[in-house]
Amino acid sequence: MSYLIGENMTGGYGGADILHDCTIAAEQGEIAVIVGPNGAGKSTAMKAVFGMLNIHKGRVMLDGDDITALSPQDRVAKGMAFVPQSANVFPSMSVEENLEMGAFLRRDDISTTMEQVFDLFPILKEKRRQNAGELSGGQRQQVAVGRALMTQPKLLMLDEPTAGVSPIVMDELFDRIIEVARTGISILMVEQNARQALNIADKGYVLVQGCNRYTDTGQALLNNPEVRKSFLGG
Amino acid sequence: MKGSIRNIFYFSVMAGLIVLVGQLQSWNVALSILNLCLISSIMALGVNIQWGYAGLFNVGVMGFAALGGLAAVIIAMPPVREAWAVAGSGVAVGIGIFLATSIAALLVYRKLRKGPLRTVLVMLIVILGYVLLRIYFDPTTKVIEKVNPASTGYLGGLGLPVLLAWPVGGLLAGAVAWIVGKVTLGLRSDYLAIATLGISEIIVAVLKHEDWLSRGVKNVNGLPRPVPYEVGLQNAQWFLSLCERLGADPVTFSSIFVKLCYAVLFASVLLLVLWLSEKALRSPWGRMMRAIRDNEVSANAMGKDVTARHLQVFVLGSIVVGIAGAMLTTLDGQLTPSSYQPLRFTFLIWVMVIVGGSGNNWGAVLGGFVIWFFWIEAEPLGLWLMNFLTSGMAADNALRLHLIESAAHMRLMTMGIILLLALRFSPRGLIPERNHQ
Amino acid sequence: MTEETLNALALLSNFVLVPAVAYGSQLALGALGVTLVYGILRFSNFAHGDTMAFGTMFTILFTWWFQSMGLSLGPLPTALLALPFAIVLCALFALLTDKFVYRFYRQQRADPVIFVIASVGVMFVMNGLVRFIIGPNDQNFADGERFIIKAREFKQMTGLAEGISIKVSQGITVITMIVVVAALFWFLNKTRTGKSMRAYSDNEDLALLSGINPDRVVMVTWILAAALATIAGTLYGLDKSFKPFTYFQLLLPVFAAAIVGGLGNPLGAIAGGFVVAFSEISVTYAYKKFANYMVPGDDWKADGLMQLLSTNYKFAVSFLILLLVLLFRPTGIFAGKSA
Ligand SMILES: Nc1ncnc2c1ncn2[C@@H]1O[C@H](COP(=O)(O)OP(=O)(O)OP(=O)(O)O)[C@@H](O)[C@H]1O
Ligand SMILES: [Mg+2]
Repeated sequence: MSYLIGENMTGGYGGADILHDCTIAAEQGEIAVIVGPNGAGKSTAMKAVFGMLNIHKGRVMLDGDDITALSPQDRVAKGMAFVPQSANVFPSMSVEENLEMGAFLRRDDISTTMEQVFDLFPILKEKRRQNAGELSGGQRQQVAVGRALMTQPKLLMLDEPTAGVSPIVMDELFDRIIEVARTGISILMVEQNARQALNIADKGYVLVQGCNRYTDTGQALLNNPEVRKSFLGG
Repeated sequence: MKGSIRNIFYFSVMAGLIVLVGQLQSWNVALSILNLCLISSIMALGVNIQWGYAGLFNVGVMGFAALGGLAAVIIAMPPVREAWAVAGSGVAVGIGIFLATSIAALLVYRKLRKGPLRTVLVMLIVILGYVLLRIYFDPTTKVIEKVNPASTGYLGGLGLPVLLAWPVGGLLAGAVAWIVGKVTLGLRSDYLAIATLGISEIIVAVLKHEDWLSRGVKNVNGLPRPVPYEVGLQNAQWFLSLCERLGADPVTFSSIFVKLCYAVLFASVLLLVLWLSEKALRSPWGRMMRAIRDNEVSANAMGKDVTARHLQVFVLGSIVVGIAGAMLTTLDGQLTPSSYQPLRFTFLIWVMVIVGGSGNNWGAVLGGFVIWFFWIEAEPLGLWLMNFLTSGMAADNALRLHLIESAAHMRLMTMGIILLLALRFSPRGLIPERNHQ
Repeated sequence: MTEETLNALALLSNFVLVPAVAYGSQLALGALGVTLVYGILRFSNFAHGDTMAFGTMFTILFTWWFQSMGLSLGPLPTALLALPFAIVLCALFALLTDKFVYRFYRQQRADPVIFVIASVGVMFVMNGLVRFIIGPNDQNFADGERFIIKAREFKQMTGLAEGISIKVSQGITVITMIVVVAALFWFLNKTRTGKSMRAYSDNEDLALLSGINPDRVVMVTWILAAALATIAGTLYGLDKSFKPFTYFQLLLPVFAAAIVGGLGNPLGAIAGGFVVAFSEISVTYAYKKFANYMVPGDDWKADGLMQLLSTNYKFAVSFLILLLVLLFRPTGIFAGKSA
């Protein structure tokens, strides 16, 4: 049984269903990646897993518990963390305050976690007093990931963490994500840069029009000629 | 079809209520209520054009109605010859400065391209015009106000038929609406609300304090009427014989007859405005307006100039309110600036629209009738209720006296609660908007 | 500096500077309430003026009660003693309105303009309640000492022809404003709850994802807004007098202040309060005497009052400032949330 699994999820934003029988899973300490064309429902699948969307069929299981009925806040308390695709920082708050807000539910001392985040993203330590809204796109993504890590999650969900980030910073960010996974945290990630993402992925999902088109290990998908032709640009 | 049966039912109940007042209280009271219901309906129609068609939140209804009232004075009152004799040239200078400023500002606005430069220039011209007016026109106002202050002390009007004031009041309101809309439309909807709140306070302040124009708090009395006077009727042969045939007392019947005349006039205007509004709503223009209201973003994307359309609708609605304002002052026969209270003139109209059915013209009309009726009847009802509730107490009990004295304020609260309940439980109103395909 | 100039400055301080500082503090407190509600609940609360009246009414009632029991603060107005009790009642009422009115629309994720209309309904109710309970008339509830410095004393001290007087109410206003603003900023910037409110105002969805409890944020916002409204209203009432309709009219300058500063921005609200107050008072002040002092020699005397705008039109000043800001910087001086 996977650590996290969204099984046969079907649902949408109130109108027509966006997801159809979609299944997404992530294992402990592993990286799972969702790829697919724009509008495929990748973000929607993430929201469904996080409880920000009503699914009328299927269920979400975390560590063996059915969490389908829980609110996003309760899922945070259960050890899940989510970095949305857009608007994922508090722009008028300082970097440090952003991290503090990430740890809002924690009542214990958060300074060691914050040091860990600063170790992971040294630039944030430098800019800790600056407002997140005044940072560059790449730095902002780091704040967003850092904020999510502050809850000390067991599962980290990232929706396109490398959007709008230069290739060098992107490699940086992927390295960091691997580092995070090595500490035992499960990672579920949506990526536009499918090739690099599948490279580091233990498991890959290709989503098309709200359905699972291909599901395999990252390497297998990279080697699959059909996937290469339609989704990886040859 | 179900809908129209329901609507006929609503309006019949309303008519029944008015007849009931006629039977129980008096026909004079019933007709007074009817006349104000008619005017309220027209105001509600104006607000509904703005809110129902376009989602614009106008909190300055009072100001536009007051402009209509001012128009009634300017059009219908006879000119005060002595004032013109001593201050005519000063007034000419004042009007000259005013026109020159307006034309210069408009020219700059037309000729220059949009940008800070244009805004600053227009503002400088307006400020210069203001300063010149203060320097050259202020002394004139003093002179005017000194002429027989107890009975005139103002310029008077043009001495034209009062009916002319109705369209003029509309135009005046429309012109002010254009300026306010030009600045605030296209920004957040709250800004329009606050700006209209401000302009209406200013308009009423002008009426209260510019004695040379409107006599201020001294009020303008004795506006000429578009209908016969009671005394005239009581002496007219045809009227007396009519009374005889009906078996009515000429004194009572003359005042009922006058009110009926007003009712016919008001009802004609209401029907005309209603007909035009319905026609507009069904036209391609109306369809586009609703498309914009329901999805501003995509309308914008389709290349529709949303702000310009909003300006149109805002001006149109304000014109209707201005007309109704002029009618109201005509009915009162006097302009009483201190009677313009925002709760009565702005927010009450809003209750009418929300309760009646935003987006539906018939709904707005019904709301005008229903809410006005209850606004008037709530006072005696509240008093009766308080008397009843406190009947166990001694006649001079302080609490009892306070409660009875304050009963009048109950209706504000009642209106607020009606608004909240309607918004919550019947947000589409008594007569909901139809879904035109 | 000549004595004439000193006299002119004293005159200006007495009639413009001192009143504008006091009035500006009152507007700033009012605008802070508006801006908080706007930042967190995302609508312009038209009931804020009447909330000010509502809270002040409780202050007055408690003041009367304390006075009847012989309680007083000596030279300070009894109203200060009554204020905390009034805040509690006003906050309770605000929470009730949220429970019965606004929460429904929040759950519906209704359009902001619906909230605004609902706030108009609340305004009606509050307005009716105030008039019902305390009546529509003027109430003067200031007691204790009246002046910190009387004009006469100032003249004796300095030997100038013009005096500066400072009322106790003005002193209290400024001190209270400073204390309240300091406490508010400490709360918003240093406490967990305060930071969570800022986070919620910044990015509601992300705040939810971080486990911030929206109901708590909203509750604290209403309590703060009611407290600010009650304090602002009480200070205004002590300084001038209490009349329900005047408080409704304060809505315009208060909103102008909040918009000038950038809706949703607390620092901006304070700056906006002073901008509006100084403009209003300096534009409506009659500069005749001041000019006579400033122009040396006796051969020139100002004719007329030299008043830019009659005090009857003081609301026009707020309105004009509002228009100017909307024309040139719709987001306010300190960019707010109102893009
Ligand atoms: N809030 C929403 N309300 C209604 N429909 C939505 C909403 N968000 C997304 N959709 C619709 O759901 C579908 C899937 O959107 P989704 O954001 O999940 O795509 P995606 O795979 O994440 O695309 P991208 O790669 O561009 O981020 C789209 O057709 C979109 O129009
Ligand atoms: Mg997406």
